[in-house]
Amino acid sequence: MTVADVLLTALGVVALGSALLVVSTRHVVRAGLWLVVTLGAVAGLYLVLTAELVAWVQILLYVGAVVVLLLFAVMLTRAPIGASDDLDRQRWPGALVGAGTAVALAALLAGAYRDTEVALPTPGTAERIGAALFRSWVLPFEVVGVLLLAALIGAIVLSRPEDN
Amino acid sequence: MHPVVPLLTAALLFGVGVYGVLVRRNAVLLLMSVELLLNSVNLVLVTADATVRAALPATGTVFALFVIVLATAELGVGLAIILRLYRLRRAVAVDEIPLYDEPLDEPQ
Repeated sequence: MTVADVLLTALGVVALGSALLVVSTRHVVRAGLWLVVTLGAVAGLYLVLTAELVAWVQILLYVGAVVVLLLFAVMLTRAPIGASDDLDRQRWPGALVGAGTAVALAALLAGAYRDTEVALPTPGTAERIGAALFRSWVLPFEVVGVLLLAALIGAIVLSRPEDN
Repeated sequence: MHPVVPLLTAALLFGVGVYGVLVRRNAVLLLMSVELLLNSVNLVLVTADATVRAALPATGTVFALFVIVLATAELGVGLAIILRLYRLRRAVAVDEIPLYDEPLDEPQ
């Protein structure tokens, strides 16, 4: 067990626990706030895995923008403030499928990587990522720009008030 | 570093997200569960980047960045759809939404 392993385990436990609260809490607003904890813990995992740029993008985009958007949506749809009992459907089919998916994926990944041990790459990845992005992945990068524009226009068209 | 630790975390996070997508009725909570799914995929990509020696450098990280951008776009359009739906139907419970409009004037 190295320091990285201990950090990864601790952050993983935090992420999983708060994710369970996101899908099980009876307060809509608290689900959004637990999501902040999950996303922050996953950003910590990225930091330990030496992907700092992804970690900061995660903090900026997910915790900064996505969660705020979700909380705005909670407010605009007049979600109940207190605890509400009608947030969930019948639980056992979902629990069965979710647990099955988790066990299958965990068995697959544990079987493949059970004894693997690697040295972490050197940190300071932003320059490397920039080089990879603009040398090997320029075309997808440009396509993502077009997709963002399309999503922006789509969201504007959808939320425009009716003209009649 | 044992890569199995973050990979197992990602697998369990994916299971939690699947449970959330299947069980939640409120559309906003559904989108939160989808974010959990996307995060677990990103975790696998970043772990693979630190573990596997790829032919192109930093590919997993670049893919993770792309997934984050796509998730943001998806969320913007998804929330616009939810707000539209709320304005039309006054409900955000996904299993109460009729999939077709009732005809307003029944032919006599």
